[in-house]
Amino acid sequence: MLFGIVILPMLGAVLAWLIPSNSQRPLVLPIFGLIHLAMTGDLLLHTPPPSSAGWIYLDPLGKVILIPTSVLFMICAVYAVGYLAYRQERSNRVLCMGLLACLSAMTLATVAHHLGLMWLAIETTTLAMAPLIYFNHNARSIEATWKYMLICSVGIALALLGLFFLAYSTIVARMEPTLLLGPLVAQAGSLSPAWLNAAFVFLLVGFGTKMGLAPLHTWKPDAYGEAPGLVGALLAGGLVNCAFLGIIRIYQICMASGNAVFFQDTLVIMGLVSMAFAAVFMVGQADFKRMLAYSSVEHVGILAVAIGLGKGALFGALFHVINNSLTKGVLFLSSGNIHRSYGSKSCDVVKGALKRLPWSGGLFLAGFFAITGSPPFSPFISEFTIINSSFAQGKNFTGALFLIFLAVIFIGMASTVLPLVLGEEPQDLAETDYRDRLLTVAPPLFLMGLVLLFGLWLPAPLMQILQDAARLLEAKP
Amino acid sequence: MTSFADQLLVLVMLINFVVLGSSRMAISIRAVALQGIALGLLPGIMHKFSWHLIMITGGMIVAKGIVIPWLLTGAVRKAEIRREVEPFIGYVATLLLGAVFTALAFVFAAKLPLDPEHQGLLFVPASIATLLTGFLVLTTRRKAISQVIGYLILENGIFIFGLLLTSAMPVMVEAGVLLDLLVGIFIMGIIINHISREFSSIDTSRLTTLKE
Repeated sequence: MLFGIVILPMLGAVLAWLIPSNSQRPLVLPIFGLIHLAMTGDLLLHTPPPSSAGWIYLDPLGKVILIPTSVLFMICAVYAVGYLAYRQERSNRVLCMGLLACLSAMTLATVAHHLGLMWLAIETTTLAMAPLIYFNHNARSIEATWKYMLICSVGIALALLGLFFLAYSTIVARMEPTLLLGPLVAQAGSLSPAWLNAAFVFLLVGFGTKMGLAPLHTWKPDAYGEAPGLVGALLAGGLVNCAFLGIIRIYQICMASGNAVFFQDTLVIMGLVSMAFAAVFMVGQADFKRMLAYSSVEHVGILAVAIGLGKGALFGALFHVINNSLTKGVLFLSSGNIHRSYGSKSCDVVKGALKRLPWSGGLFLAGFFAITGSPPFSPFISEFTIINSSFAQGKNFTGALFLIFLAVIFIGMASTVLPLVLGEEPQDLAETDYRDRLLTVAPPLFLMGLVLLFGLWLPAPLMQILQDAARLLEAKP
Repeated sequence: MTSFADQLLVLVMLINFVVLGSSRMAISIRAVALQGIALGLLPGIMHKFSWHLIMITGGMIVAKGIVIPWLLTGAVRKAEIRREVEPFIGYVATLLLGAVFTALAFVFAAKLPLDPEHQGLLFVPASIATLLTGFLVLTTRRKAISQVIGYLILENGIFIFGLLLTSAMPVMVEAGVLLDLLVGIFIMGIIINHISREFSSIDTSRLTTLKE
């Protein structure tokens, strides 16, 4: 079953390659998305035991990443059918193949318990996404793709070096050299501390680049800005989580090693720096897709701060992973609609979206309120848990900075989003053929519904998974 | 056979300087190909015979010695670029920096808490020196192809460190790393091709539309 869920999307990619018709090909996406979602559901109900060599295992942490990935992909797949109907001028073969290949690699990253295998999966997501960012085939998108490709490749290469250091720490400690998560966590206390620290730093830099933690985020605004909306949604809600899982895995080993302070402080500082960068660049941002990229920088910062704080914030961090994915899905898909309708993503041109596109404009506004942590949406709950834990642990300075950055970001984002949605529509606007239709509005609407639902009521099974996963991350004395 | 391994590592470090000092793309590409082949031979002479080793050695030589140089040469031909022009830091300066980095790599490696078995070997200093050279090329050159060459040198440096722990990396993962590298270079080659068509140049310092 676990092998099946990884292999199946690859078969879908092959099928997408074989189908000649440009208009029928996108249908492959929802079909395989639905099968993937069904298999995910089945895996959650009947979780198989670890594979015999311990390479493949879906643990609660993997589940926390797999659930939003599968849901978000399904939503984006339905959206893609509607979206690509507008983009028939361009072949979507590479797009469909890349999306499915990326789904396969993301799934592999969630179930891999051999860190080398997980590294491979994350590197594959990087490669599979590169052609998708270049979907529009213009000068701007090629610049974005080049930056993305080069910076992320170098980052991921450094993560590989970090993994080598981790394996070397077992050699120095006179243990059987291994990169399997199970033995590494079990024997974390006897690993060579110097090499473990080095491994942590390199893995944090490597996966942090992929995740977009400041100051390693420089590729992010370009890639998110130039990629089509649905690719942006999967970058911000899927790939980010996989890279975060990479950091979580090394964090698990570090917490079990008994010397948590260095690792936790590093993560808190890196997270706060990311939030500060986001706050600075969010204010007065003239391009609403780039603004979303900075919002993503902010939220990976929140995740880093949260696992850095530990204890009660761990639950908040893992819940925030899901909330961030779903809300980013709403924002990127609705912003894609707005971009299509106005033929521009500059905030000078795009005004009064609520009149021109009542559904997409409304969703963008609701998504804005959700992502900035306004009640009753679910990011409010997770962010509140994190802040609460910060003050409960007596880390008042961290908590205060966190709150200040959230406030600045809210104001900065509001100054862009409110005129965009509520302002007066410019008179001399060119007509485009985009209208809100069921297939491009229902997917983000469904995600928005989930965000609202989780804000009001968290289903017990999901709660259970989140608590189990948070327990895996607790520091051992 | 450690003396032969040491000679190969010295060769790898010398190749770093060839790339740092040359402005011609063709020379840089061939130098990196030679570096890849030298690294591919290393696991073969360090350990006893096994199919695992044959596969890694063969894969490395085919990928880094033949396929990647072929892809890059193709990209150079299509882009009609033969030389690196005006790097951000001149050749003499980067050569000197490379020498300083290599010296520092030796000093630093001596201070690392290595396993007693690996103390005094050339692997760790060669790895650090090659890694730093890769960074130097990546950051100081303007042309997209030169940056890819820098990335390859960086990857080679990481690979040298990986030689110390072949037993921890199963062959499947190692083959995967190599495959990912190949696909990565392939995609970069395509992007370079598109950059040269779009901008009539592969000078990445012209990629400045997207900024704050």
